[in-house]
Amino acid sequence: MSFAERHVLETLVYLPMLTAAVLVMLPFGWRALARWISIGSALALLLASLYVFFVFDRSAEGFQLVRVLPWFEPLGIDFRLGVDGLAVLMVLLTGIVAFSGAIIAANVERETKSYYVLLFILIAGVYGTFVSIDLFFFFFFYELAIVPMYLLIGVWGSSSTFKDFDRPKEYGAMKLVLMIVAASLLVWVAIIVMYNEAGLGTFSIPALSEFARSGGEGGGPGFSPQFQRVVFPLVMVGFGLLAGLWPLHTWSPDGHVAAPTTVSMLHAGVLMKLGAFGIIRVGMLLLPEGMQDWALVLFVLGTVNVIYGAISAMAQTDLKYVVGYSSVSHMGYVLMGIATMDPVGITGASLQMFSHGVMTALFFAVVGAIYERTHTRDILVLNGLASRMGWITAFFVIAGLTSLGLPGLSGFIAELLVFVGAFRTQPVLGVLGVIGAAITAVYILRLVARVFFGERSTEWDGLKDLTAREGFAMGALVVPILLVGVYPGPFLDVIAPGVDLVLAALEG
Amino acid sequence: MRVDFSLLFPEMALAALGFLVLVVDLILPQDQVARRNAAAAAVAVLGMVAVGALAVVTTPDRGTSVYGGLLFIDAYALLFKLLFLGVGIAVVLMSAEYVGRVIRHPGEFYGLVVFSVLGSALMASAGELLTAYVALELLSFCLFVLVGLTRGDRRSAEASTKYILLGAISSAVMLYGISLLYGTAGTTVFPEMGAQFWANFSPTVIVGFAMLLAGFGFKLALVPFHLWAPDVYEGAPTPVTALVAVLSKAATFALLLRFLAEASLSTFDEWQLALAVLAALTMTVGTLTALAQHNIKRLFAYSSIAQVGFVMVGVVAMTEAAANAVLLHLVGYAFSNLAAFAVIVSVEAKTRKEEIADYAGLSTASPLMAMVLTAALFSLAGLPIFAGFITKFYLFTTAADAGYLWLAVLAIANSVISLYYYLRIVREMYITEPAAAPERIRLPAASAGALWALLAGTIAIGVYPGPVAAAVDAATDALGPFVGAS
Repeated sequence: MSFAERHVLETLVYLPMLTAAVLVMLPFGWRALARWISIGSALALLLASLYVFFVFDRSAEGFQLVRVLPWFEPLGIDFRLGVDGLAVLMVLLTGIVAFSGAIIAANVERETKSYYVLLFILIAGVYGTFVSIDLFFFFFFYELAIVPMYLLIGVWGSSSTFKDFDRPKEYGAMKLVLMIVAASLLVWVAIIVMYNEAGLGTFSIPALSEFARSGGEGGGPGFSPQFQRVVFPLVMVGFGLLAGLWPLHTWSPDGHVAAPTTVSMLHAGVLMKLGAFGIIRVGMLLLPEGMQDWALVLFVLGTVNVIYGAISAMAQTDLKYVVGYSSVSHMGYVLMGIATMDPVGITGASLQMFSHGVMTALFFAVVGAIYERTHTRDILVLNGLASRMGWITAFFVIAGLTSLGLPGLSGFIAELLVFVGAFRTQPVLGVLGVIGAAITAVYILRLVARVFFGERSTEWDGLKDLTAREGFAMGALVVPILLVGVYPGPFLDVIAPGVDLVLAALEG
Repeated sequence: MRVDFSLLFPEMALAALGFLVLVVDLILPQDQVARRNAAAAAVAVLGMVAVGALAVVTTPDRGTSVYGGLLFIDAYALLFKLLFLGVGIAVVLMSAEYVGRVIRHPGEFYGLVVFSVLGSALMASAGELLTAYVALELLSFCLFVLVGLTRGDRRSAEASTKYILLGAISSAVMLYGISLLYGTAGTTVFPEMGAQFWANFSPTVIVGFAMLLAGFGFKLALVPFHLWAPDVYEGAPTPVTALVAVLSKAATFALLLRFLAEASLSTFDEWQLALAVLAALTMTVGTLTALAQHNIKRLFAYSSIAQVGFVMVGVVAMTEAAANAVLLHLVGYAFSNLAAFAVIVSVEAKTRKEEIADYAGLSTASPLMAMVLTAALFSLAGLPIFAGFITKFYLFTTAADAGYLWLAVLAIANSVISLYYYLRIVREMYITEPAAAPERIRLPAASAGALWALLAGTIAIGVYPGPVAAAVDAATDALGPFVGAS
C-alpha cells in the first residue's frame, strides 16, 4: 500500500479531531479564521473521502485499506480501520454532507467557534463509526457522535410552537440524546455478550465474523442459533432506533426540528445511516442466523415506517416537521431493503442510504434558508415564495422530486431496487411500500404547490434569494443526486463487494 | 527481626511534611493570611511531589513486606500512593483560593490533607487487619476535623457531628467484627486468615464478616450505609467534599481489594452474593436519588454513591482482569471527579453559591470552567473520548466475563440514567439564560493549572489508556491469588 492508502482512513478520524482541538485553542473573537479553518478542513475531508472512493478496489473481496494499531492490550482492543463497499459509500456521503454543512454553518453568528468545535467532534464520530472494523471502536465512535448533540441542539437550536403546546429546543435535545444513549445500552450489552461468548480475546469484526460463520480457527460451532436469536434483537432495536425504527422514531422529528440547520443535515443525512449501517455491520455479519429469524419483524416494522412516516408527514403544518417525518418514512425503505436479505434489496438499501442522506441534507439546508429569511416554518403562512426566491424553490423542488422517486434522480433507482428486492421476498409488504411512495408524492407536491407556487403574498416581498455561498453549498448536494440518478454504475460497483460480504455471511 | 527502614521513608517523610506545613503556618506573621496560605500550600504541594519521587525510588522492583507482613511495600501500594499524592496535590491547588477566603488557619487545612494522604497510603500498604484499622482511623479522624473546619457555619458543624457519631459507631462495629475473626483465625495477617477460615469455618466467621463489611460499607457509603453521605457532602467545605468523594473512596477500595485477594475471600460464595446485592442496591439507589437533587454537592454525593456501586461490580467479580478494571476505573474516576470538584470549588470561592441553578451562564462567565465541568460530567456518565468510557467498558466486560452479566447490565442501565442528571448541569451552564448578565470570572493560576491538568488526564486515559493499564497490571500482579488463577 502506498503512504496515502495506509493513512487515509486514520486521517478521516484524526483530522476532524485535530480541527476541533485547534478551534478550542483559538481566541473567541477570531470568527472569520474559525470559519475558514473549518471549511478548509471539511474540504480536505471531502477530498480524502473521494480518494477512498476512487482507490477502493471494486473487484477485491473483504475489507480494504486495513490499518491496525494496538490500543488496549488487556481486552485485546485494536484501533482497527478498514472499509468495505458499503462503508466507502457512507464515507463519501459523510464527506459531501459535512462539506456542504460546514459552509452553511458559516451563517451561524452566535458562538461560531464553539459551534464548529462540536460539529467536528460529531463529524469525527461519524467517520470513525464508518471506518472502524473493531467492535469496540465502532461503539466508541458511535457514542462519540452523540456526545456533542445535546449542546448543538440545546444552544443553537430553535423551539417550535404549536396551537396548544410548545416544544422547547431543550425538549428535543434531551429526548434525542437520552433515547439514543438508552438504545446504545442494548448495543453495549450485545457487544459484551458477543465478545465473551466468542472468547477470542478480540473485538475485530472480521475475526468475529469468521467465527460466526465457521467457528473460527478451531472449526467449532460459532455463535449458536439460540444465542443469535436472543442477541440479534438487541442489535436490531439498539441500532434501529437511530435509523428511526418505528415505534422508536419519535426522537427523530422532534430532535431534527429543534436542531440548527447543519446539525439537522448531518444528523438526518448521515447519523441516521449509522443505525442502518450498524444493523448490517453487526447484525448481519456477526449474527446471520439471528438476522434470518428476525428478518420478517424488521420487514414489517420497516414497512410501517414507510407508511406511518408518510401519513404523519402529510399531517404536519411545520415545514421542518414534514421533512423530519419524511426521513422516518424514507429510512423505512432502507430497513425494508435490509430485511429482504436479497442482493438487489440490500443494494437498494445501501443506495437509498446514500440517496436519502444527500437529499435530506438538501431539504434541511433549504428549509433552514427559508426560516432564516421568513422566521417561520408554518406551511399555512408561507405561500408563493417562488417569485422572490427562485434558487430556493429550485433546490426544494429537486429535493422533493428525489424524495417522491422521479426517474433521473437518485431516489428512483434506489427505491426501485428496494421494491424489486421486496417483491421477490415479501410481495404484500412490497405493495405497501409502493403505496408509501405514492403518499410521499401527495404531500411533497401539495407542499410545493402551496408554499412556492401558491398565491403571492406581499408579506414576503422584501426577502432575498440564496447568497452565492449558500447556493454553492446546496449545489454540492445536487451533484450526487443527479449523478446517481443518471449514471448509477460506479456507485453500484462500489456497493457490490460489500453486498457480497454480507450475503456470504448470511449463507454461512 | 531486622527492618529495612528505608522502605518506610515515604511514609515518614509524609508525616514530617504534615507537621512542617502546620509549623509554616505558625511561624509566619499571623496577620498576613494570604502569605501564610500561599506558603503552606506551596510547602504541601512541593513536599508531596518530593514524597512521590521518594516512593518511586524506595519501592523495590520485587514487592516485599515489613514487620512480618504488617505493611506491604510493592507495586500495588506504590500505584495507590502516587494516586493519593496526586489527589492531595490537586486538592491543595484547587482550593488555595477557597481556603484563603473561608478558613482562618490554612496550615491546619493543608496539614490535615497531608495526614489524610498518609492514612490512605498506609491503607493501601496494610497487610494486617489492625494496621488497616489504624490507618483507616487516621484517615477518618483527619476527615472528621476537616469537615467541621469552617467554624461558625452551622451546616459544617452539623455535618461534622453526624460524621463523627456515625463514623465512631461504624468503627466500633468493624473492630468488633475484627475481634470475632481474630477469635476464629488466631491471626489478623491477611494471607494466614484465609487459610484459617477454611479450616475453622463457623457462624462466628459469618457474623465477623458481616460486621467488617458494614464498616467498609460505611466508608464507601454503600447503600444502606450511605445515609451520612449527602449531609456531609453538603455541609463540608467543598475541597473537603472532594477529598471525601475521591481520596477516602479510593483508599477504602485499595484496602478492600488487597484484603479480598490476600485472604482468598473471593472463593467464598455467600460473601460474594452479599457484595453483589450491595453493589446492585448502591448504584440503583444512588442513581435514582441523584435525579431529584438541586444542590450540586448533594448531587455529587449521590453520584459518588452510584459510582462506588459501579466499582463494586468489579470487586464482586474479583478476577485478576476485574481487579485491573477496578484500579483503572479508580484512576479515571479520580481525574474526572477532581476535575468536576475543581470547578465547583472555584465557583463557590467566587460566588458562594452551590445550587445547580446558580450555574446558569457559567459558559459565558468562564468558558474554561464550563468546558472542564462538561468534560468531567461526560466522563462520569461514561461517554467517549473521556476516561469514563473505556474504564466502564473494561469494568463491565470483565464482570460479565466472570459470570455477573446481570450486574453489568444493571450498571449499564444506571449509567444511562445518570446521563440525565449530568446533562441537567450542562443545560444550566450552556442553555439556560442567566437572570443577570454573568460577570467574567478570572481564575488564579493554580486553579487554572489544576483544571487543565485534570482535563488532560481525563482525556489522556480515555484516548490512550495503555500506559495506565500497564501500571495497573503490574500493581495487581503484586496481589495474592485471584479467582480462576492457578
